[in-house]
This record gives sequence, C-alpha cells and structure tokens, in this order.
Amino acid sequence: MRRLLILLPPLAWLLLLVAAPLLIIGLIAFAEAGPGVPPFIPPFGWAGGPVWRGSTESIGTLLGETYYLEAFLRSLLTAFVTAALCLLLAYPMALGIAGARPSWRLPLLLLVLLPFWAGFLPRLGAWIGLLRDGGWANGVLGLAGIGPLRLLYSNLALYLGMVHAYLPFAVLPLATALLRRDRSLEEAAADLGATPFTVFRSVTLPLSLPAAASAFLLVFIPAAGEFVIPELLGPPEAQLVGRVLWGEFFQNRDWPLAAALALAMLVLLLPPILLFQRLGRRG
Amino acid sequence: MRHFALIAALLLAPALAQAQTVLNVYNWTDYIDPDVVQRFQQETGIRIRYDVYDSLETLEGKLSAGRSGYDLVVPTSEPSFARLVRAGALRPLDRARIPNWRNLDTGLMERAGRADPGNAHGAIYLWGTVGLGLRLDRIRAIAPDLALDGLDLLLKPENARRLAGCGLAVMDSATDVLPSVLRWLGRDPDSADAGDLRAAEAALLAIRPQLRGIPGSGALLDMLATGEICVALAYSGDVIQAAARAREAGRGVEIGYVAPAAGPHLFFDMLAIPADAPNPDAAHAFIDFLLRPEVIAAVSSHVRYPNAVPASRPLIAAPVREDSNVYPPDAVLAHGFVPGTPGPQAERLRSRLWSRFRAGR
Repeated sequence: MRRLLILLPPLAWLLLLVAAPLLIIGLIAFAEAGPGVPPFIPPFGWAGGPVWRGSTESIGTLLGETYYLEAFLRSLLTAFVTAALCLLLAYPMALGIAGARPSWRLPLLLLVLLPFWAGFLPRLGAWIGLLRDGGWANGVLGLAGIGPLRLLYSNLALYLGMVHAYLPFAVLPLATALLRRDRSLEEAAADLGATPFTVFRSVTLPLSLPAAASAFLLVFIPAAGEFVIPELLGPPEAQLVGRVLWGEFFQNRDWPLAAALALAMLVLLLPPILLFQRLGRRG
Repeated sequence: MRHFALIAALLLAPALAQAQTVLNVYNWTDYIDPDVVQRFQQETGIRIRYDVYDSLETLEGKLSAGRSGYDLVVPTSEPSFARLVRAGALRPLDRARIPNWRNLDTGLMERAGRADPGNAHGAIYLWGTVGLGLRLDRIRAIAPDLALDGLDLLLKPENARRLAGCGLAVMDSATDVLPSVLRWLGRDPDSADAGDLRAAEAALLAIRPQLRGIPGSGALLDMLATGEICVALAYSGDVIQAAARAREAGRGVEIGYVAPAAGPHLFFDMLAIPADAPNPDAAHAFIDFLLRPEVIAAVSSHVRYPNAVPASRPLIAAPVREDSNVYPPDAVLAHGFVPGTPGPQAERLRSRLWSRFRAGR
C-alpha cells in the first residue's frame, strides 16, 4: 500500500503527460482530415451508441508514398552523422577538461555551456551571416583567391549548425564520466608497461563507453526531430521528418497525417534507443 | 510571453469587461500604422491588445485549434480566408454596424468575393500581387538584354541558367506559387486536372537545380534585402519592404518589383472576426474605423500596401501613391486573376506536387 502511494505521483505524471497525449495523438492519426475546428472528424461518433468512423488513410499515405520514407531515412542519417561528429569532437574536449588542473575545469565547462546563454536563433543567424555569399567566410577565402563558394544552404552549413547546437549535449556526460573515472586503473596499466596509447585503448576508452553511448543518444534523439536548423541552413532538399511534419500540420492542415508521422517517428526511434541503452549497460 | 499575455487576457476578461473593453487584434507583422491604433483607443475608450503573426500557417494553426481568444484577424483571401470561411471559423459581419462599408471599392470586393460569396465574412484591409523581386544592379550586369516584365525571367530554363549564379528563389507556398505558374503555362490557375498539374510540376522541376532556396516569406524578404538572391517569386509587399531595407542598409543592393505584365495573381488580406470572438462588437467598431478614408490612407502610407478604399487614394503619401509597384497600373490589374479555392482532393494533389518540388525529384 505504501509502495503504491510512493509510486502514485510518477504514475500520475506518466498517465497525464505521456500516456494521455500519446493516446490523443493515436486517435487523431486514425481520424479523417476535413475542414472544421479542429480540422478533422473525430474517429468516434455518437449515433444512438458509439460509432467508429475512423480511417486508416493517413497510415496508408505514410506507407504508400516514398516521400515520407525518404524523409525518415534522411532524418536518421542526418541524426547519425551529427551524433557521430559530436562524439568525435566532444571526446577529446571532455578528455582535456577531465585532465585539466582542478581550478581550470569549471571555467572550461562553462565555456562549453556559454553558447546556451545566447539564444538559439541569434546563433543560427550568426552562422547565416558568416556563410552567406558576401559573408565573412567567403571574404577570408576571397583574400586567398578562392571562391566565392556556396556555403549557405548546403549540407556543410547544415552539419555545422547541427554540431554547433548539439555539441554541449555530448561534452557534458563524457566530461562527467571521465572526471569520475578511477585513475589508479590507468596507473596500474602504465606500471605494467602499457604505452599511453594502449592505456587509452584498453582502459580509458572502455571505461567511458557507457557515457559515450548516452552522449550519442542525447544528440541523436533531438537531432532526428530537428527542423529549425535544416530549414535555416540546409539545402532545400533536406526534407527531414521534423520539417515534413511541420508542413503537414501547418501548411496542409492535415492533423491526422501529422499525428501518424509523429507516431511513426516514435516507433522508428525506439530500436536505436534500446540498442544504445543495452550497449551502455554492457559497457 | 505572447501565450502568457493571452492566458492572462482570458482570465482577466470578465473583470476588465466592466472597467474597460478590450479588443484582441491578431495581424501580420509590420502591417499597421501604430498611430491608428492609438487614435482608435482614444476615440472609443476600447483598449487594443495587439498581437502579430508572420505566416498564415501560424494564424490558421491557432484558429483551427479553436478558442483563440482573438476578436479580429487578417487572413489572406487565398488560401486562409477561404478555408476559414469553409470551416465555419468566421462570424458573418453585421454591415449595419459598419457604415463605412460603402467606402469599399465594389470591383475589388467582388473579386475578393470569390473566396466568400456575398462578402459575408470579410472586408478588404490591404491587398497586393504575386510577382518577381529583382536585384536590378546585378541582373543589369549579368544579362542586360533580358526583359524585366514577366515570369519568363525565372521560369524559362535558359534564363534561369544565366541568372543562377547570382541566386534564384521561389517562396515556399504551393497555394501562392502554383496559380502563377499555371497561368504562365497558359492553363487555368485553378486547375485540378492531373495533366495541368504535371505540366506545372515539370516547369518548376526544370528550374529546380538552379534554385538557391525555397524559403518562407520572412526568410525570403531577408535574402532579397541582403542581396543573397537576384530573382525571387514573392508577394509584392515583401519585395517593396525588402527594397526599402536594402536602401537603408546602403550597400549598393538595388531591389525592384515586377508584377507579371500578362496578369498577376491578386491577393486580399481580409478583416474578419473569428466565430468564437469574445468581443465582436468592438471588432465591428474597429473594422468601421479602419475603413475611414483618412485612417486607411495612413495605414497604406506606412506599410506601402494598397487598400480598397478609393476615397483614401489622394490622402496617401505621394511616394507610395505614385509607386506603380504599390498600385499596379489599371491594365495590369485588369489582367490580374484571383485564384479559386481548390477542393480537398485537388489541394492534396497540389501539396504532394509541392513536396516533390521541394525535395527536387
């Protein structure tokens, strides 16, 4: 009984803020789009008794048109590349922070976090200013006799923006884990004759794998649904799921299809999440 | 913050109603003369709570969810106003409470009536055309021989290839681009015919490799003003505002607007009252106030969009009044067309077409 009482708040939270909205999204996904306020016909009606008048048209559209499948694949690929790049950049940064003198650690961590204090959109605006045809990057390249290159609205700009926005998410868990690691294990390996590289490969790296997995996930999950950065920096063909969903909801006012897309995204993201969680635990 | 203000407004509404009437206005960004709002408040004692959107999607998203709390909105005739009328989201206007209705241009109102039979739900606030925003200084340098008078400049692949180096863009709006493309092809702008739509898609895909971007209207205005692009299919008012911004920046970027001589797509921004508006009385009073010639003249002078009150014309600031981009010549206007409202099936075909065009295949 007491256990139930303790569990009640988190259960209520889950029911109210996770299960209920999901159920509503699920119901909308099976509704039929049509003019009205809100712009769909609810899948349940009342005509002397409850009547089911839902439609699987949205699910059919989703599965039937390659446009959506391509958007999903592109999103997963973009998220994967972003997360991998973030991990590659964040690891040496985290190692450096963990290895720095204690009085330096906090300032270094703050430097990683500092960009968060400036708004997200002004930072993207700064990238646009840097990368545009007459921008600073092309100005510098021009001095070297190169260009002007098309930097803005390209995959390069897209990944610059994505990595810039998500890098702190990868640095923080890695830095925390590397700070807490047991240095005596590395000292023991070194005492037994391992070279610094072997120490890193056979001790430090395996110890930090769970943190690396969670760093990867922390970037991968939000990056898969990102739609602002591809829209502002990426090429027009960068039709990621976030953008496609936005378009269905706002431009086509097709709430059922948007809801179906959201559910499909959830289903598609679950396997990688479970996989990485397992990886993290095993490490 | 905006939402907070709205919630606060809803919570406080009953208390304030006794003390002071509040009118919640939801309009496009940079789309009114602030002095006009001030004057209305002084004259009537009604307090205006003014809120803005920068895309029709935002407006429709809020109104589609219901109970938006707004008393007056300004949807564009096609597609939003027409869809809101169809969805029953707007309240029929009581003309007895809008004596200044008689000031409206009957010809323009008749054209706006395509979206709203009998003009039951809206009065024209301001209007404009869809055409090309051009960076004149660069185009003159690259292709001095090109005629700057129509969509050939963008939609003929050989022209697009010549100008691609300095940047081409098409605004991201199936509803506001496809009618112009269909018209350029010599087809019915409202066509739901699969063959016509395939032709439009082919025309768009032919220039797709040359496009620098397919941005929203706000981003497009920015790209034009900074000189990032040379040719853009866009709303007249956006281009005119971009031109003003480029002049202010003083970096030698010269922007001009051209409405297709063969007949531009006309759009109307309508004053309308949501069906569930908390204070329709005040909204009627504000519409009537806006339709006074001297009031709407001040708005046009300020935002550089034409209005539909002919008596206001002499009162508008001369540079705006005489700008043929703001008020297109009668001949261009006569050829102009107002698109109809495609049915849900046609709309779906068009939005799929647009998705393929965006993705570039």
